[in-house]
Amino acid sequence: MSLRLRWRKQLSNFMLAMTGLCALVTVGVLFFILGYLVYHGGTSINWDFFVKLPAPVGETGGGMANAIVGSAKLLFLASLLGVPIGVLGAIYLAEFSSPTPAFVIRYAADLLNGVPSIVIGIFAFSLVVLPFKQFSTLAGGFALGLMMIPITLRSTEEFLRAVPRALREAAMALGASKWKTVATVVIPAAYRGILTAILLAFARVAGETAPLLFTALGNLFWSPGWRQPTASLPVMIFNYAMSPYEDWHRQAWAAGLVLLGLILVINIVARSILARGMAAPRT
Amino acid sequence: MQASARPSVPLNLTPNAPAPGNREPQAALAMRMNISKVNFFYGPKQVLFDVNLGIASGKITSLIGPSGCGKSTLLRTLNRMHETINNTRLDGEILIDGQNILAEDVTALRRRVGMVFQRANPFPKSIFDNVAYGLRINGSKIPLGEAVEKSLRNAALWDEVKDHLHKSAYELSGGQQQRLCIARALAVEPEVLLLDEPCSALDPISTAKIEELLVQLKQICTIVIVTHNMQQAARVSDFTAFLLAGQVIEFSTTPHLFTTPSDPRTEAYITGRFG
Repeated sequence: MSLRLRWRKQLSNFMLAMTGLCALVTVGVLFFILGYLVYHGGTSINWDFFVKLPAPVGETGGGMANAIVGSAKLLFLASLLGVPIGVLGAIYLAEFSSPTPAFVIRYAADLLNGVPSIVIGIFAFSLVVLPFKQFSTLAGGFALGLMMIPITLRSTEEFLRAVPRALREAAMALGASKWKTVATVVIPAAYRGILTAILLAFARVAGETAPLLFTALGNLFWSPGWRQPTASLPVMIFNYAMSPYEDWHRQAWAAGLVLLGLILVINIVARSILARGMAAPRT
Repeated sequence: MQASARPSVPLNLTPNAPAPGNREPQAALAMRMNISKVNFFYGPKQVLFDVNLGIASGKITSLIGPSGCGKSTLLRTLNRMHETINNTRLDGEILIDGQNILAEDVTALRRRVGMVFQRANPFPKSIFDNVAYGLRINGSKIPLGEAVEKSLRNAALWDEVKDHLHKSAYELSGGQQQRLCIARALAVEPEVLLLDEPCSALDPISTAKIEELLVQLKQICTIVIVTHNMQQAARVSDFTAFLLAGQVIEFSTTPHLFTTPSDPRTEAYITGRFG
């Protein structure tokens, strides 16, 4: 074996090892975070965490029942805003728009997606909180909903575009109008994908903290209705982790574990929906 | 047939020069569709040049020619499927039973002129729902069950699927899927059925079944088929048009075109010298 060849082989092996190592690090980071969280959270989590209100400063025990309900309410509002706008907008974008407006919409959605979440928070603050002089669940849901729009829109669009042209032609050749084709063939063929898109957008905003800091604010008690400040898991983690109390740190870890578990479950559900088969013809 | 279906026609609007001994009285040949002086453009590019053809009622007309000669484009203009592609332009006149198809409501036209595509494209729905689709979207009042059975029988698929009508259409074989697509098109009882290379993705046995089916379907509708396969055109069709570079080179009865073509280019193509 010539020297040159040996050198090339060694370089090849070295590069292969490096790429493998980096791939391993990627996976490793995830598992490290998971392990760390499970270790700290797992030892802190108990039944009280799910059913009790936060304990007053100085007392131990208590839970985050109000934050769990608060997060649920915020995400419900966010979906109410983000899902219809995102999905209907995507239908327009994928099916009806001509190239130039489509380019503008897509570009705007990508920019909106790139807006830092803290900026979305300030925007919601000045639009919803200031005029009513009140931090509220509504303001928080509004901020999260804004974030859901571009994520839902872009991924729904991708799934609609993946529906083969042959199916649309088949419907139109039977005398279906454009709207009928979309409603009776394209959307049913893409519904798994659309559902996945919604779930992933949902999971994405479930962990957002910054937009909630000055919209939903936080609350150590139950938040009745929609016009009061409310607790939420991410903000609770932020506040508890910054506190000087050992017991609160413990609860922050537990909250982190619950939040991560929720997002993980949503992701797995979304993927299994998709894996059961995009409705596409045999090719 | 209305007399207006045959206006003062250019010479080759009806199939010319039938084979000796096979001469049909031209007057008896009713025309379902008339294509006259059709020019077609994709953007600035012209793909059909002054096409004139008559589609005889209750017969099979096949369009043959090398790839890119415009035969599929011509077929798609017959139910205005070209309009689903942006930036196309159609000049000229296409009549169905004497009415200009461009003046008709496009959804009504497509019910009268059905289409089957190159690749079987059943919807991701059950076999039943596939066939019933056209009836449902058109708000038909006929009982769906009967109509679906009739269409599946007409497409020679009923016996194979009657026990599992509610299974997904994707569980059928490729040939069955294509017959399902034919059944789906037949369900709305079209007067004309357009087929765009319906057998190009099928094995010889499935192809034979579909060819047999087409010959039977002449009883209920007029058929126009685009095919790459010259033997297929020779086996099933009554009339054949040979297209080259967007022009109809020769249009005649099928036996005449294949045995004694009058244009040297037709002869070169059917004897396999190009294409």
